[in-house]
Amino acid sequence: MHAIEIRGLSKEYSVGFWKKKLRPALKSLDLTVEEGEAFGFLGPNGAGKTTTLKILMGIILPTSGSATILGKDFRDPDIKVKIGFLPEQPYFYDYLSAPELLDYYLQLSGVEAAERSKKIGPVLDRVGLSDVGNKQLRKFSKGMLQRVGIAQAIIHDPEVVFLDEPMSGLDPLGRHEVRELIQGLKDEGKTVFFSTHILSDAEALCDRVAVIHKGELRGIGVVNDLRSSSAEKSEVIWEGAQALPAVKDLLSESHITGKTVRAVVNSADLDRTLERLRQQHARLVSVTPLHGTLEDYFLAKTTEQEVVNQ
Amino acid sequence: MTSRLSAITLNTFREAVRDRVLYNLIIFVLLLVASAPLFGQISIGLERLILVNVGLSSISLFGVIIAIFVGIGLVSKEIEKKTLYTILSHPVRRWEFIVGKYCGLLLTLVVNTALMTVGFYIALLATAHSLHRTDALLLVAIYFIILQLMIMVALTLLFSAFSSPIFSAIFAFALFVIGTFGEDLKNFAAMSQGATKWLSLGVAYIVPNFASLNIISQAAHDQPVTGGLVLMNTLYALLYSVAVTTAAVLIFERRNLK
Repeated sequence: MHAIEIRGLSKEYSVGFWKKKLRPALKSLDLTVEEGEAFGFLGPNGAGKTTTLKILMGIILPTSGSATILGKDFRDPDIKVKIGFLPEQPYFYDYLSAPELLDYYLQLSGVEAAERSKKIGPVLDRVGLSDVGNKQLRKFSKGMLQRVGIAQAIIHDPEVVFLDEPMSGLDPLGRHEVRELIQGLKDEGKTVFFSTHILSDAEALCDRVAVIHKGELRGIGVVNDLRSSSAEKSEVIWEGAQALPAVKDLLSESHITGKTVRAVVNSADLDRTLERLRQQHARLVSVTPLHGTLEDYFLAKTTEQEVVNQ
Repeated sequence: MTSRLSAITLNTFREAVRDRVLYNLIIFVLLLVASAPLFGQISIGLERLILVNVGLSSISLFGVIIAIFVGIGLVSKEIEKKTLYTILSHPVRRWEFIVGKYCGLLLTLVVNTALMTVGFYIALLATAHSLHRTDALLLVAIYFIILQLMIMVALTLLFSAFSSPIFSAIFAFALFVIGTFGEDLKNFAAMSQGATKWLSLGVAYIVPNFASLNIISQAAHDQPVTGGLVLMNTLYALLYSVAVTTAAVLIFERRNLK
């Protein structure tokens, strides 16, 4: 059984006052997330990440398509006992204290009163809010609210946790702590589905990622595979600047420092480059394959359609 | 289901209790009721009549004002501030949210009305120096005010489910005014002919009949209220509130909460 299975999910908004036009926000999304997986949902702002999460949470209604969470239809309210959700820039009832808010959410999840009081303290500890006491949420900073948001998403011990931009509004220390927290959830065997545009977070935490852009799924795969798929370049360093004109057409970039030339070449052109350098009697210093990053993959996937269109 | 409904109800009540605007209104009403004996001094021999009229009208008016001002934000504020996102990510049905909100605001208004009633009876005691058996009849008028508030909460919730707070306030207040003059609309229909007659009659029956729920003048003159009227008004308020709340649920079920 997949933890999350999305089939042909689409969302169109009608815009305009007199002449209504349909603006697609999500175009036939297909996606599966396995149980126990940390899955990164990447995309620039306005790509359709939040739309997808809002549909799965029942906040907005899809135009077409279906989805299941832990094998049950996503519209079944009972499945929500097993899921937790942190919205982007969460806002809560600011007249409540953090323990009151968490107690309220536990009531909504159907947790008995005796159990509720046992769960609140430990989860506040876990998100680093053990010393907030009964201070009302209106006095909380943005970072503290984000922690409260994470606490409410995990307090009922869900099997699948959806996090929309969980690092948003956090300082570097807070981001580190949230990263640790997500890693902890993963270690506990929970499925974590989180959307982000901070690629280093996804790279550090995710087993697999999907890239979405303009409502379309542009790519999906295991992080290491995606990184290596974009590692198609090598760095070549040699001595003998006189050889540069002979290979210039094969290089994507080059820099000269004294007699030494540092150049980047596509892996496909590497042999020809080395052959020409030998013919020019250049002294080869090193050849190093360049490791691709998730950012390279992300940029490639989010710009490829624009390139095709041009 | 029950625990979720009671959680939403009690949280809505808690929100209203922690809202300072609500306290200001209560203090204002208590002051108004407390100052009623001064009106009596102006009109010698009519102290009780004036006190009952001013007191009960204040309880009704301020109940309606609180119903409108709190009710219009009941759903729209939750959407605007996105507090609803985390609520709906829990096993809460959309209808439970609407019904819980309805019960929470009604509970707030019942508690407010009860507090105002206490203030009103204290003022009555201060004016007449003793309470009479006929003063118990005033409780029927207050019960009818609560029935009126039941309908007002349902209406503001309905408007809040699809409209902005400002339009919700305008719609709700307009319906309150039209409903208060519902009997006049029926009289106008009786005197009219053709389309005007049917239109006036239609509107008179569709808008809530607040006129039959207003027995303040009757109560002030110690005129008895029949058990039949109490029963019919109770049934009317219940059915009207259920119908309007159902409409609010149907609209809310289909809404994209962007």
